[in-house]
Amino acid sequence: MSETATDTPAPTPSRLEVLAATIGAVCGERALRIASISQELTFEVAPAHLLDVCRQLRDDPRLLFETLADLSGIDYLTFGMDEWNTHTATNAGFSRGVAGLDDIDAPAVPMERRFAVVYHLLSVTLNQRVRLRSYCDAGEPPMTDSVVEVWPGANWFEREAFDLYGILFRGHPDLRRILTDYGFIGHPFRKDFPLIGHVEVRYDPEKQRVVYEPVSIEARTLVPRVIRDDHRYEPALHGRVTSAPGKPNG
Amino acid sequence: MADIQSFTLNFGPQHPAAHGVLRLVLEMDGEVVQKADPHIGLLHRATEKLAESKTFNQSIGYMDRLDYASMMCNEHAYVLAVERLLGVQVPLRAQFIRVMFDEITRLLNHLMWLGAHGLDIGAMTMFLYCFREREDLMDAYEAVSGTRMHATYYRPGGVYRDLPDTMPRYAPSKFRSKREIDRLNEARAGSLLDFLQDFTERFPKCVDEYETLLTDNRIWKQRTVNIGIVTPERAKALGFTGPCLRGSGIAWDLRKKQPYEVYDRVEFDIPVGVNGDCYDRYLVRVEEMRQSNRIIRQCIDWLRHNPGPVVVTDHKVSPPRRVEMKGDMESLIHHFKLATEGYSVPAGEVYAAVEAPKGEFGVWLVSDGANKPYRLKARAPGFAHLSAMEEMVRGHMLADVVAVIGTLDIVFGEIDR
Repeated sequence: MSETATDTPAPTPSRLEVLAATIGAVCGERALRIASISQELTFEVAPAHLLDVCRQLRDDPRLLFETLADLSGIDYLTFGMDEWNTHTATNAGFSRGVAGLDDIDAPAVPMERRFAVVYHLLSVTLNQRVRLRSYCDAGEPPMTDSVVEVWPGANWFEREAFDLYGILFRGHPDLRRILTDYGFIGHPFRKDFPLIGHVEVRYDPEKQRVVYEPVSIEARTLVPRVIRDDHRYEPALHGRVTSAPGKPNG
Repeated sequence: MADIQSFTLNFGPQHPAAHGVLRLVLEMDGEVVQKADPHIGLLHRATEKLAESKTFNQSIGYMDRLDYASMMCNEHAYVLAVERLLGVQVPLRAQFIRVMFDEITRLLNHLMWLGAHGLDIGAMTMFLYCFREREDLMDAYEAVSGTRMHATYYRPGGVYRDLPDTMPRYAPSKFRSKREIDRLNEARAGSLLDFLQDFTERFPKCVDEYETLLTDNRIWKQRTVNIGIVTPERAKALGFTGPCLRGSGIAWDLRKKQPYEVYDRVEFDIPVGVNGDCYDRYLVRVEEMRQSNRIIRQCIDWLRHNPGPVVVTDHKVSPPRRVEMKGDMESLIHHFKLATEGYSVPAGEVYAAVEAPKGEFGVWLVSDGANKPYRLKARAPGFAHLSAMEEMVRGHMLADVVAVIGTLDIVFGEIDR
C-alpha cells in the first residue's frame, strides 16, 4: 500500500497518512480532507456524492469500513459564539452581564452550512477509523440521503438525528421519532430550541388526565459561555494537522 | 382446526424483564413473534443537550448516569475526549488506577447482567450470588470516591484522588452478631488494595460457582442455545461491538486493538464465541470476568510498588490542593477560575472510544474553544444492539424475546440518554 501513500518519497508514512492517501485515491475530489487532531481523520463529503463514497469506503478491499460506529446530527447555528465579551473592556472593566444566545440575529454560519450529519466509520477487519461530515441541503427541513442501504445499523441513528435535529433522510424505510415523547413538537437539539423546552406536563385531577402547559420556569445561565484564546493550545504545539486543505472546523 | 388469531402485544414499559423502560410492541402469530417494534426514549433526559450548557467538569457526573451499570467506563470515554482535545498527558499511576477501575466496572456490569439475565430466564439463585460479589466492588467504589454508584471519580488529567489507605468497615449493629461483623471486616483491615487483592483471590471460585449452576445446566442451555443467532457479517453491518460481536466469533476488543491508557502493558485474552447465539455470548462474558480479574491483579501489583501523582499538576485544568490555596494567591485564583468558569478547550473535534462492558462506548466531542462543549454525542453500544433486536427475535417464541433482551445487556440510561 505504501506506493499509494505519497507522491514524494517520505520516511515510511504513518498508518494514518497511508489511510488518508488511500481514501484520497479511492474517492478523489468527492471527499475533501479537513484538519483534525492527531490520530484522527476527517473527510467532508458533498451530499450528492454521499452514497457513492459510503459504498466505496465499505467495499474497497483496502478500506473495508463495514461498521458504522456512530451517526449523529449537529447544528452549527451558534458555533463560536459566546455570552461574555472577554476581548475588549469598557471603563467599568470587562463585561459581567450575560447576553443570552436565545435571540440570534446574526447566525454564525449560512444556512447551507448549518446542519451536518457526521459518520464515524470503523473497519473491524483492518482496524482503522474515519470520520465523514456531510452538510445537509439548505432549506427547511434540511435533507440528506439515508445510508441505511449501506449500513443497516444506521436505521435508528438516522431516526435519532431526525428526531433531535429535524434532518430528513431520503430513502429511510421508517423515519419516525425515536427518543422524544409521542406527539412531541419541535426538534430539541437544535440550537434555537431552548434548554427548558416549550411545554411541561402535569396530572390534572379535574380532567383526570395528563395535561400539557407552557413552561412555567425561566431560563437562566449558571456559568456563561466564554471563549478564551490560549496560546498554550496552539495547534503547532500539539501535533495537530494544520497543513491539510480546508479550514479547521469543529 | 381452530382459528389462530394473530394479535398485537404490548410488552413493557413496566415489565420486569424489559430491563427498565423498554416498550416493545410485538405482533404475534400464536406464540411466534412476527414483528417487534421497540419504543424507546422513556428515559430520555437529553444528557447531550444538558452538557452543552455546562462546563466540561460539570458533565462528568452525567456520564455516570448514562450506562448506570458501568459508571466509570462512561466517565472514561468522556475524560479521554477532553484530554485529547486539551493535549493533556495523564500520569502513569492515574492510568493504572483507571484501568483497574474500568475492570472493576466490567465485573460490576457483568455481574449485574448475569444476575438479571439468569432471573429473567428462570435461574433465581444467580441474582443472589452475583449481588453478593457486587457488594464488595461497590464498597471499592465507595472507598475511592465516596459514592457506591455515581462516582465522578475520573477527571480530565487523572483521577480525583489517590487510592485510600483504609477501607470503610461495618459498624457494630444489633442486627449482626460480633462474630459476623468480625468476619465481614476481616478483609477490610488494610488498604483498598489489600481489600481488592483479597477479592481477586476469592473471585475465580465465585465464577466457578456461577458456572456450576449454569454452564451445563439443561434448562439454561434450552433457553439460550441457538436463540438469537447473529452471523459475523451481520454483526458488523449492524454496528455490534463488545461481547455481542465477540460472541459471533470476531476477536475485536478496543483494549487490544486500539489500546488506551496502559492496556498494552497488562496481559489478558479475548474470548470469542462460535455460533453467535445467546449461550455463546453468555460464555464470552463469563470468561471476560475471569480476564478482568487477571487485569485487576496486575494493576494491584503495579500500584503497590509505584507511588506517584494521580492527576496533572497543570492548575489550568485540575484544581490545586486546598492546603496550597491557603497560602498561595495564584493557587487561589486558579481554584476560583476553575470553580466559576472552568477551562476553555481548544477548538476541534474528537471521538474517544473505550471498551465499555457492553461494547464500544464513544464520545464525540465538538469544541469551538469555549468552556462548554459545543456538541457532545455519546455513542452507546446498547443503542446499536437494541436496534438489531427485531431481526434477532423474528420467528422466535415470546419467551425467547426475554432471553434476547437479556443477552443484549441493555440499560436504558445509555440507550435513551
